[in-house]
Amino acid sequence: MPKATFELFRGNSGTGQLVPYETDVSEGMVVLDAVHEIQATQATDLAVRWNCKAGKCGSCSAEINGKPRLMCMTRLNELDLAQPVTVEPIRAFPHHKDLVTDLSWNFRVKQQIRKFTPRPPDAPDGTWRMQQEDVDRVQEFRKCIECFLCQDVCHVLRDHHLHEEFIGPRYLVHVAALEMHPLDTLDRRDELRKAHGIGYCNITKCCTTVCPESIKITDNAIIPLKERVMDHAFDPIVKLVGMVRGTIAGP
Amino acid sequence: MTEIQTFDHDVLVIGAGGAGLRAAIEAASKGVSVGLVCKSLLGKAHTVMAEGGVAAAMGNVDDRDNWRVHFTDTLRGGQYLNNWRMAELHAKEAPDRVRELEAWGALFDRTADGKILQRNFGGHRYPRLAHVGDRTGLEMIRTLQDHGIHQGIDVHMEVTIVTLFTREGRVAGALAYDRERGRFRLFRARAIVIATGGVGRAYQITSNSWEYTGDGQSLALQAGAALQDMEFLQFHPTGMVWPPSVRGILVTEGVRGEGGVLKNSEGRRFMFEDIPENYRAQTADTPEEGWRYVTGDKDARRPPELLTRDHVARCIVREVREGRGSPHGGVFLDIAWIRERLPKAAEHIRKKLPSMYHQFKQLADIDITTTPMEVGPTTHYMMGGIRVDGDSQMSTVPGLFAAGEAAAGLHGANRLGGNSLSDLIVFGKRAGEFAADFARANPAVAPDGGEVKEAARDALAPFDRPTGESPYAVQHDLQEMMQDLVGIVRTESEMIRAVEGLVRLRQRAARVGVSGNREYNPGWHTALDLRHLLTVSEAIVSGALARKESRGGHFRNDFPEKRAEYAGFNYVLRPGADGGMELGKEPIAPMRDDLKALVEEFK
Repeated sequence: MPKATFELFRGNSGTGQLVPYETDVSEGMVVLDAVHEIQATQATDLAVRWNCKAGKCGSCSAEINGKPRLMCMTRLNELDLAQPVTVEPIRAFPHHKDLVTDLSWNFRVKQQIRKFTPRPPDAPDGTWRMQQEDVDRVQEFRKCIECFLCQDVCHVLRDHHLHEEFIGPRYLVHVAALEMHPLDTLDRRDELRKAHGIGYCNITKCCTTVCPESIKITDNAIIPLKERVMDHAFDPIVKLVGMVRGTIAGP
Repeated sequence: MTEIQTFDHDVLVIGAGGAGLRAAIEAASKGVSVGLVCKSLLGKAHTVMAEGGVAAAMGNVDDRDNWRVHFTDTLRGGQYLNNWRMAELHAKEAPDRVRELEAWGALFDRTADGKILQRNFGGHRYPRLAHVGDRTGLEMIRTLQDHGIHQGIDVHMEVTIVTLFTREGRVAGALAYDRERGRFRLFRARAIVIATGGVGRAYQITSNSWEYTGDGQSLALQAGAALQDMEFLQFHPTGMVWPPSVRGILVTEGVRGEGGVLKNSEGRRFMFEDIPENYRAQTADTPEEGWRYVTGDKDARRPPELLTRDHVARCIVREVREGRGSPHGGVFLDIAWIRERLPKAAEHIRKKLPSMYHQFKQLADIDITTTPMEVGPTTHYMMGGIRVDGDSQMSTVPGLFAAGEAAAGLHGANRLGGNSLSDLIVFGKRAGEFAADFARANPAVAPDGGEVKEAARDALAPFDRPTGESPYAVQHDLQEMMQDLVGIVRTESEMIRAVEGLVRLRQRAARVGVSGNREYNPGWHTALDLRHLLTVSEAIVSGALARKESRGGHFRNDFPEKRAEYAGFNYVLRPGADGGMELGKEPIAPMRDDLKALVEEFK
């Protein structure tokens, strides 16, 4: 059987190195298969997260030959196996061990976002009426499997480490899903501008490029939210009317 | 040994899939303190894989549907071994639970008049499954997660339970380790809900996630609780078969619900050749009628591809064994053919089944809008599990509750598609509710300190044997053995070999070793998972050997028919004197007259 070499990052808390492992490869294999083979036979304490192996749970995010990918959806025949394949942990969060990163920041951020708050039901039996065309765009956002590859690749987090000021593309999608939800009644535009840091996004679209669910993060979530924030905070007519009505504070 | 960090909760929920999250939410809503423990990251439990939909008799697409039809459909599918009280509660309460999900932000596909859309599925007389494309499980778990994180629940992520403790005849707590650092945690709780899912990782070819190692069933048995129906394992008929790395990954029944048909190598729709008597009156006679059914014709009956999973799986196995299978050992599932009937068929398929389209394109280089898929049976669901009371979901150990796939009873000998997602929210809610009530009514009992220390020492034992056999090798061999000897078609001689094989595997498991340290060490985690895998494997074989008939998901070559003397009871396993397990029979309580009348009416 043909073989290939995988260089896996081994180490703790950010220090370590790429260690080469050779393993058999066969038709249809994905990177996660190779990692499992290596783990079972050569590196039994290799730390790696995975769960479904079908691109649905978002557990196996990694950087493969430098590209943020799900290991279970990266087929070996997409890669040049004449060279070693590097597999590294995602970089935008504190490293724990080998291929495992501390993702807890993401869960804390979600907690800070004001939750879904629906209007009263439309029908006496407690249900609502919505048309498919009203739910289509939010359904796109709710395909998110929380793989955090978009968070990983965003330079605001990855390079500038602005985790205290910017919630990242995943959570901008989450806010978009709430703001555009036909039933939700809250207005999150103030916090988008301030605490959530939407201004930091400068539309480089790396997030959109890496999303395994092909969610149009920038075009369908972030840009519309930016426009809403702009209208709300900076449109002079809207501001004037708002000040007269008392719904917007003065300058 | 260093001090073990201790957490006190009124209710401890183990498992954060649909059932666990729903239980934790319900318990929290009753004002008790709730701890939620999960092996994987929050929101990534196996529920996320569920595709088809959640079954609830809301009658939005066909107003002939109501709980009575759902109830009788569930019993028929379960071959009448179900806990009928659970089937009743499930059918009655599922609609409210689904509407509640919508109140918490879930966005299901809509009907033309703006209600929740429902699709056809195997074994359901009317279109009943609320869904979002083919990613309903993701929708459910995300909705519960996003609602749950605001309910004051303490979430312990990437924490695995090692053992449960009881005192004075009821639950006292549990010992766990965190995967990140390998430190132990002691949870003291007045009530515990087990929602740990199934056992598929005991088999080589499975649709199940990494975490499905039978932890909950094993922990419960060790704590003294009874298990039930462990012989009833569902082999979903359509898992992928090629390439090897994707073998077992699920191809949703929804493909057949949208008109997908099964064909053998001769191009025949072989399902038409073998329609069981008790479904004949509800099944289409012709391919034409089958197509009319999937397009919503209320006078048409369902195509035979939508018969129950156990039957479809066995038909596929027969086709393959008799030489009419596909090139890689399955049969063909074809949805591309609908372009003969629908304009813009490719677009329709991509819209209704986006993740199937993506899965086949990405992993097998197949465009399902033009090409048939190769599919074959895969270990998918455990109908059996922890024996519980139908109303409260309490096991035979006071204070120990179970819900979801880890619990037994609702599905009997075979589960209908869509009934698992509804099971999670109906019985997750009940388990949380009754666990909270139990916690309020009973003072805490502390686990015995000596037992806690012993359990921690025992868990660390593999580190004493760094050159011992690899736990991965033992798991691999167990999976191969169960796949070969206790699979979809069972024979006495093979199962006896499995029993002997399990003895040897247990010996090997007791001697496995791990190297490295406790920090995020999957080798160590696997060594600990082995105990649970071996326990549930033994339970499966015990039940399968005892039940000398074929019924639902349990099929025996040597007893291929249903036998009357095996109706009316469930096989129950209890901890044995020597640390093993003892098999017994529990008769099914006589059905209430009003429910019996329903069964007759909808026959």
